[in-house]
Amino acid sequence: MGRMTFVFRRLLLLVPTALGVTIITFFMIHLIPGDPARTILGIHATPRAIAILHREWGLDRPLASQYWLFMDRLFHGNLGMSLYYNVPVWGLITSHLPATLWLICYAAVLAIIISVPLAMIAASRKDGIRDHVVRAVPLLGLGMPAFWLALILQTEFAVKYRLFPVTGYGTGIPGHLHAMFLPALTVAIALCPVVIRSLRASMLNVLGADYVTTARSKGVPGPRLFVRHVLRNAVIPAVTVLGINIGFLIGGTLIVEQVFAIPGIGALMINSIFSRDFPVVQGIALTFGIMVVLVNLLTDVAYASLDPRVRFDR
Amino acid sequence: MSAISLSRGTGSPDSSPPAATAERAQPRRHRWYRQPALMAGLVIIGLILFAVIAAPLLTSYNPDAQNLNATLLGPSAHHLLGTDQEGRDTFARLLYGGRVDIRVAFIAVLFPFVLGTVLGSVAGYFGGWIDILIMRLVDIVVAFPFFVLIIALVFVLGPGERSIYIAITLVGWVSYARIIRGEILVAKRQEYVLAAQSGGLSNLRIMGRHLLPNVITQAIIYAMSDIVQDILAIVTLSYLGLGIQPPTPDWGTMISNGQNFLTTHWELTTIPGLAVVVTGLGLSLIGDGLADLLRPGQ
Amino acid sequence: MNGGDSVSQPLLQVDDLHVEIASRRGIVRAVDGVSLEVPAGEAVGLVGESGSGKSMTLRAILGLLPPEARVTAGKVLLDGADLAHLDNRQLNQIRGPKIAMIFQEPMSALNPVMRVGSQIAEGPLVHLGMNRRQAAERALELMRRVGIPDPERRYRSFPHEFSGGMRQRVMIAIALSCEPSLILCDEPTTALDVTIQDQILRLLARLCRESGTSLVFVTHDLPVVAQVCHQLAVMYAGEIVERGTVEEVLTRPCHPYTLGLLRSAPDVDHPRSSLAAIPGSPPSLVSPPAGCRFHPRCKFAEEDCTVTDPPLRLIDAGHATACLHYERCLDELRTEGADR
Repeated sequence: MGRMTFVFRRLLLLVPTALGVTIITFFMIHLIPGDPARTILGIHATPRAIAILHREWGLDRPLASQYWLFMDRLFHGNLGMSLYYNVPVWGLITSHLPATLWLICYAAVLAIIISVPLAMIAASRKDGIRDHVVRAVPLLGLGMPAFWLALILQTEFAVKYRLFPVTGYGTGIPGHLHAMFLPALTVAIALCPVVIRSLRASMLNVLGADYVTTARSKGVPGPRLFVRHVLRNAVIPAVTVLGINIGFLIGGTLIVEQVFAIPGIGALMINSIFSRDFPVVQGIALTFGIMVVLVNLLTDVAYASLDPRVRFDR
Repeated sequence: MSAISLSRGTGSPDSSPPAATAERAQPRRHRWYRQPALMAGLVIIGLILFAVIAAPLLTSYNPDAQNLNATLLGPSAHHLLGTDQEGRDTFARLLYGGRVDIRVAFIAVLFPFVLGTVLGSVAGYFGGWIDILIMRLVDIVVAFPFFVLIIALVFVLGPGERSIYIAITLVGWVSYARIIRGEILVAKRQEYVLAAQSGGLSNLRIMGRHLLPNVITQAIIYAMSDIVQDILAIVTLSYLGLGIQPPTPDWGTMISNGQNFLTTHWELTTIPGLAVVVTGLGLSLIGDGLADLLRPGQ
Repeated sequence: MNGGDSVSQPLLQVDDLHVEIASRRGIVRAVDGVSLEVPAGEAVGLVGESGSGKSMTLRAILGLLPPEARVTAGKVLLDGADLAHLDNRQLNQIRGPKIAMIFQEPMSALNPVMRVGSQIAEGPLVHLGMNRRQAAERALELMRRVGIPDPERRYRSFPHEFSGGMRQRVMIAIALSCEPSLILCDEPTTALDVTIQDQILRLLARLCRESGTSLVFVTHDLPVVAQVCHQLAVMYAGEIVERGTVEEVLTRPCHPYTLGLLRSAPDVDHPRSSLAAIPGSPPSLVSPPAGCRFHPRCKFAEEDCTVTDPPLRLIDAGHATACLHYERCLDELRTEGADR
């Protein structure tokens, strides 16, 4: 069985989860106390507006039928209309998605750049001074609110020293790289504690392994030893941990986008919450859910690619 | 398994020999004070708890009391940490806000703990279709980023303390369920469980009195990091105006109020944030210390 | 490759080696004054129970001690250079081309994510200045030499796809890859099936005969030593207690510990009704017994055995023992032989 079949098999296994995601997103509307339409419309609740929403969401029909309606429209790419912008939700999401994807990837790369050397420093001399210093970093990082860090970084480096734009996404790739540096750094720092911990643990494991001794006994020089023997093995569990925590990473982008006014789906979601634009909130929640499911699939594939002991026809 | 469990290499899926389990069942209480991480964490949290509980003793100001003649004052003898743009004493708001945030976080962690433990025990002990069902549910909830689900739920339920509890419970139970289920899968093969079963004890009794006390420690360790996560969620929601509603003081609202003055009065935003970081530090130390203590590694 | 004529100058000389390990209970004197000579082209066996220090001795030779362990005294002389005082970079030039090592657990001793062929080719690539194609050719040649079937296909396999015996052959191929003059073997057959053990031992013996490579063969299993080695040293509690040729030591053991080991090894030719285990347990290496370290478990022990730790002394050509009363062992054997 090849890689393609593996991916296909995994995708199939994800279908129930994806379905579940749609069910939960669908159900959100029914958690609203009272008449959902009235609550959502808030001060704009006119009998006519309420009636329109009732019809659109099929609120008078039995639950199963509502869900069917929901899924039917979903498969036609119809996530409803934004109450605030009066455009299809789908279009809104697709236009805002690139910025968020940029942020996520940029943050992941920065997190790796920061974490790998730190983990290496810590693992090279276990329980030494450097190890303890590196291990202290996650302790501080885990408790740090992302938006607070974002505000501080923004004030210092963007407002005070004018090194970066205060808000916004920038234009063109160099523009993006420049404008998104602080936001990506914020998200990366939020992710680092977990990555450093797991990378350090897996490196310690690997450094003590027999095959590293064998490689040393072959006289393999330092750099090659580190890359081909230690790192190559240490990344495997780290990839899994990164994958598991990707949800955490993605969640962090929400508030960071808000602070830095990045036009991504996170900021869109928050603003839609403020403007009580339910269809958009629902649509974005669904998008995030599907995104995480896909990332988990990617993690599985990456893991299987990296570790030959995991055969593709498992 | 939660990320923390993985990195500690705990919770091995294969059954551990009886000796190791017996050792885990009796933590080395006589040496807990020797763990530096645990002690440091307890000291930090102890000080913070003392400060917020003894707030009326430590400050005479009312955290809600506005004094428009004394706005945006820097730290001084009258106002230890200065005042905000409505003349409220920052130190008082810090202490009383801490009360609210810590109280809400500690209560908020209980519900998912209980719910997750119950569901995880049932899934792990009985197995079969109920296990599959619960685990599917876990997979689905986990598919959403934690904060996305929280904020969506709070939006739907309306802002405020009650929504926070409901949202965190609905989203947070999954980690506990996973941990407890994993532990029970291992523990239920141990001899003392087989002995209890052959002795004719009811499943409920076995789960409650025999299994649970042994497996609960992992959940407690996780709870420490969960409280930190909850504090962050609460503070973030409040920053956005969706969490603790004014005029109740809270660290997140303080950060939000202060953000317009970052270049001039940076302490208004920085100090509450530091409070969150230090609280998180203390709790993480306790969690790490407990993990080291209760897992006699070599 | 070494010339075979300089019989007088040993290839490797370990001189009064001391290795200490820092542990919670105190300083463990894992290797306490071990001296060893490995002649060119010969196989020297190092026998003892676990904890006797034999593995540590091997690791100390190549500087592969675990972080808690250090060489505190002694020399390891190879071609006039003291390996114990070289830094890692200098040692890396010795490891592979001059001295290679084979480990006990082939599954964990091979990099699980690297193809077998690449692991064999790595040595030549790094040390012999070969390019990738040349190194691959060499790896294939080595695979054939150690008896791995279908080497072209197997080259791209991963370690977990091999059986235990095959993996050990891979390890041997790796060890041979840069044509060292000495191979250190740390219990290479202990983790293997008995039938496979025999194959691997024969392979090792043959390869070393063919290329004149010296071996230091560490094991706790006496019969194995007989199959492969010319010389034999018995280790107990961090010290060498007897030394000589294999024939000498196995037929005329001059130390009660060696006698005990012989008796606890099953012998197909002379089946005994019960295997005698050596009573007692290995001593603590943090605070070893006063005097001869074996005396608490020795049935020949006398007053003088508790006073000082007896050094090794020659009792015959090439046969040395640390026992003050070695004649009692020979007496035991005589009576035993008479009983049969």
